[in-house]
Amino acid sequence: MKIKLNGQETETCEAGTILALLENYGLKDKPLVVELNGSIIKRGQYDEARLNEGDVLEIVRLVGGG
Amino acid sequence: MLKPLVIAGREIRSRLFLGTGKFPNSAVMAQALEASGAEIVTVALRRVEFENPRDDIIAHIDQKKYLLLPNTSGARDAGEAVRIARLARAASGWNWLKLEVTPEPNYLLPDPVETLKAAEILIKEGFIVLPYINADPVLAKRLQEAGCAAVMPLGSPIGSGRGIKTADQIRIIIQQATVPVVVDAGLGLPSHVCQAFELGADAVLVNTAVAAAQDPVQMAKAFKLAVESSLAGLEAGPMSEGDAASASSPLTGFLR
Repeated sequence: MKIKLNGQETETCEAGTILALLENYGLKDKPLVVELNGSIIKRGQYDEARLNEGDVLEIVRLVGGG
Repeated sequence: MLKPLVIAGREIRSRLFLGTGKFPNSAVMAQALEASGAEIVTVALRRVEFENPRDDIIAHIDQKKYLLLPNTSGARDAGEAVRIARLARAASGWNWLKLEVTPEPNYLLPDPVETLKAAEILIKEGFIVLPYINADPVLAKRLQEAGCAAVMPLGSPIGSGRGIKTADQIRIIIQQATVPVVVDAGLGLPSHVCQAFELGADAVLVNTAVAAAQDPVQMAKAFKLAVESSLAGLEAGPMSEGDAASASSPLTGFLR
């Protein structure tokens, strides 16, 4: 199933959860924020939030900056 | 005695705010942060890179010791700034924010219209907003009236190291300010920091000057000393500036 992940068209497992996606990328325990279709998803809901075809997902984190 | 620096009701013990960008690596950044004595530390928000996941900078910043000030760098208008701000709040766990709206990448000058628009929205959402602005006294006043916790006028473009090119405007901002004034951007040398405090600034924000020095840890120390030196000088009650000379040696007993 195709979603847009961090600006890129990406193939992902059919009807997976956000938690599954993060595990897939080795990001499960990293400090980050997930925004799904414009809404911030709380960490506690990662295992419940399901991805659908055409979803727009942003995974962001704090980095060095001025 | 200088009044303590209080922002949004919180006393800030160091008047040197440090940016965390552009350091050679996280370890040097952490050492420079320690050497600087800074309490407020800026960070940015970016997409996670899947192919090349770099070190998490947050792991190197003890949040019990340092106060994170996420910026909205990358925002080109109010909408982008508000979105980044909300994500940054979720990432940092609290509501302090450096509002930065810079649509033009060559000079990275802040957009005054979008900054004011974003500030008004974010203040309503409960953010503690520290806006990065050009040294525009009228804009500074508008942002304070909107409820910003400080104003952060630039000395010169971000990362340019040109020092304070906006002294007269900064002086007016300071004269009219009801919140702390933090000179932010363009400072390149310790002497620039001294100039900022001698103009009456409450704090300074420095990033490139330390991160891009050959020895960032040593430079962080130098900036810490510059802050201490300028504040000590101000507390000592500096002499007045005059037009004409005023002799330093006696005016009698000349061998004439």
